[in-house]
Amino acid sequence: MNIVVCIKQTFDTEAKIALDSQGKIDSQGVNLIINPYDEFAIEEGIRLKEQLGGEVTVVSLGGERAQEAIRTALAMGADKGILVSDPSLEEVDEWVAAEVLAKAVEGISYDLLLAGRIAIDDGSAQVAVRLAEKLGVPSVSSVLKIEADGEKITAVREIDGGTETLEIPLPAMVTAQKGLNEPRYPSVAGIMKAKRKPLNVVSLADLGLNAGDLSPKMVVDSTALPEARKGGRKLEGEPDQVAKELVQLLRDEAKVI
Amino acid sequence: MPSGLWVFIEQQKGQIRKVSLELLSEGRKVADELNLELGAVVLGEGVSELAKEAISYGADIVYVADNSDLANYTTGAYTSVLNKLIREKEPQIFLLGNTAIGKDLAPRLAQRLGVGLASDCTAMETHPENLLVFTRPVYAGKALNKVSSQVRPILATIRPNTFPLAQPDPGREGKVENVDGAIDPADLKAIVKDIVLAASERPELTEANIIVSGGRGMKGPEHFAMLEELADVLGAAVGASRAAVDSGWREHEFQVGQTGKTVSPTLYIACGISVAIQHLAGMGSSKVIVAINKDPEANIFNVADYGIVGDVFDVVPILTEEFKKVVSE
Ligand SMILES: Cc1cc2nc3c(=O)[nH]c(=O)nc-3n(C[C@H](O)[C@H](O)[C@H](O)COP(=O)(O)OP(=O)(O)OC[C@H]3O[C@@H](n4cnc5c(N)ncnc54)[C@H](O)[C@@H]3O)c2cc1C
Ligand SMILES: Nc1ncnc2c1ncn2[C@@H]1O[C@H](COP(=O)(O)O)[C@@H](O)[C@H]1O
Repeated sequence: MNIVVCIKQTFDTEAKIALDSQGKIDSQGVNLIINPYDEFAIEEGIRLKEQLGGEVTVVSLGGERAQEAIRTALAMGADKGILVSDPSLEEVDEWVAAEVLAKAVEGISYDLLLAGRIAIDDGSAQVAVRLAEKLGVPSVSSVLKIEADGEKITAVREIDGGTETLEIPLPAMVTAQKGLNEPRYPSVAGIMKAKRKPLNVVSLADLGLNAGDLSPKMVVDSTALPEARKGGRKLEGEPDQVAKELVQLLRDEAKVI
Repeated sequence: MPSGLWVFIEQQKGQIRKVSLELLSEGRKVADELNLELGAVVLGEGVSELAKEAISYGADIVYVADNSDLANYTTGAYTSVLNKLIREKEPQIFLLGNTAIGKDLAPRLAQRLGVGLASDCTAMETHPENLLVFTRPVYAGKALNKVSSQVRPILATIRPNTFPLAQPDPGREGKVENVDGAIDPADLKAIVKDIVLAASERPELTEANIIVSGGRGMKGPEHFAMLEELADVLGAAVGASRAAVDSGWREHEFQVGQTGKTVSPTLYIACGISVAIQHLAGMGSSKVIVAINKDPEANIFNVADYGIVGDVFDVVPILTEEFKKVVSE
């Protein structure tokens, strides 16, 4: 079974967010990681390959530094990597990302596509589903468990207040939710091997695309930092006294009960 | 009147989800401001009854597709019907709740329509050219983007609990239009084998008005009973930090935070939670935060509106009794 895993390099979850002189999010000096949900997708791809054979190709759209993320995936056990990187792509909305990734994926033979449920930077949870639509394959979002044979998958996905089990024919897209698996750490041998695995960096032109045709459908008008929450009233004293006081404040001052 | 602002009516077990009613409530105001008709779209089987309720919350017209293939939500079937309906009627705006269904359906529909989508929005305002400008948290709420769509229709999913519910008017009148629910066979690939919904009487975490949440300070799974008792007095949901989930005390579906649920309740009561940045990412948009923590230096006190410095095991049972008195009044 051939598998394509879409991964995005994102800011570390601890990263402090600041704006640059243009009022955009400043990426200077920020530690970059593989989007945590994409790690589940990589792990699942490798496990399915170990079980059923085939190849795992990791695909990413990003800056030059995203090669590091792909190398990490290769060190975990993926076979090949493709990075689409092009300085002429300035603003990328989810539509643009899906259009570009679709072109990159079209050139690969695949039975299953895996991605993260959501990228923790833009928090949009769109690209994977859009990509599936663009490629004309069904998708299952927020998956906790996958069973695959050559023709179909059975997936358990999270829904509000419970779970749902779906059967869909391959090829298909699955997005990973926490709980799907425990991602492995790359071994030293894995890291050594990853250095010799193929990682192609391609431009839009290589994919037959033109930045001029890829203007975003959704634009960011402005970015602001939210006002930080401030600590309010701290109640100290005997439990029964502070409990009484809190209930009274929530009722009369905050008016939330 | 120009073609409208539409709201997707999501239903679960034959009941309209609260977020859909919130969108109708706010949608009514926005539609009036923009001089648009407020439309509601109901998909399902045996759902015609829901049209009345949508009208009572402000819909001028309700489009109903009633069909056995729509009984259970599937991405393909719902996209197929909505895509056709939207292309035919050309609404300007289509809003959905940012629920499990909304998150799955909206991007698929947006791509099929070739349009943008603003996901997980926490505010919207009218704009002279762009019609609507949305605010959406990015980087786990550490920054806020204002975004607008370059194309029509404008699609957005809105975080539950963002807008207050209007008072429904059962006497309100509106039109109901039955629409073609025929589905392209290519969109019927997924088969729903099983749906398991928790038997709990508690509200769903993302739509609860009040959440009582426990962290590592709860010391073990058995002590969550104390939080459940408090929650039940308040009609609240019970959440957890990742430390509590990773310890196996609670299921992951109850985890609040960057790798869990994003919640926006009116009141969030954090018990024995230090509030790491990844936890704050999931609950920082709560209206009022209460902390109970025995460490006066705990970070949670820097973000909580009200904090009790104390041991949860002493404070929570007393607090439950105090709330009981108020609630029964
Ligand atoms: C990539 C990534 C993603 C993450 N995602 C999430 C996420 O989605 N959600 C999340 O919650 N975390 C997440 N985390 C983990 C996060 O960094 C913290 O480790 C976690 O939130 C800590 O949980 P806690 O506050 O319950 O525990 P602790 O930080 O250990 O805090 C326990 C608190 O309980 C107090 N306490 C102890 N005993 C008592 C008592 N008897 N009475 C009162 N107070 C008491 C202590 O003073 C302390 O403040 C993530 C981390 C990473 C790296
Ligand atoms: N630039 C990208 N390159 C590769 N995969 C991506 C990219 N952006 C998003 N994805 C995939 O789509 C998922 C959802 O992303 P998003 O829609 O940005 O929240 C991510 O978890 C990735 O698997």
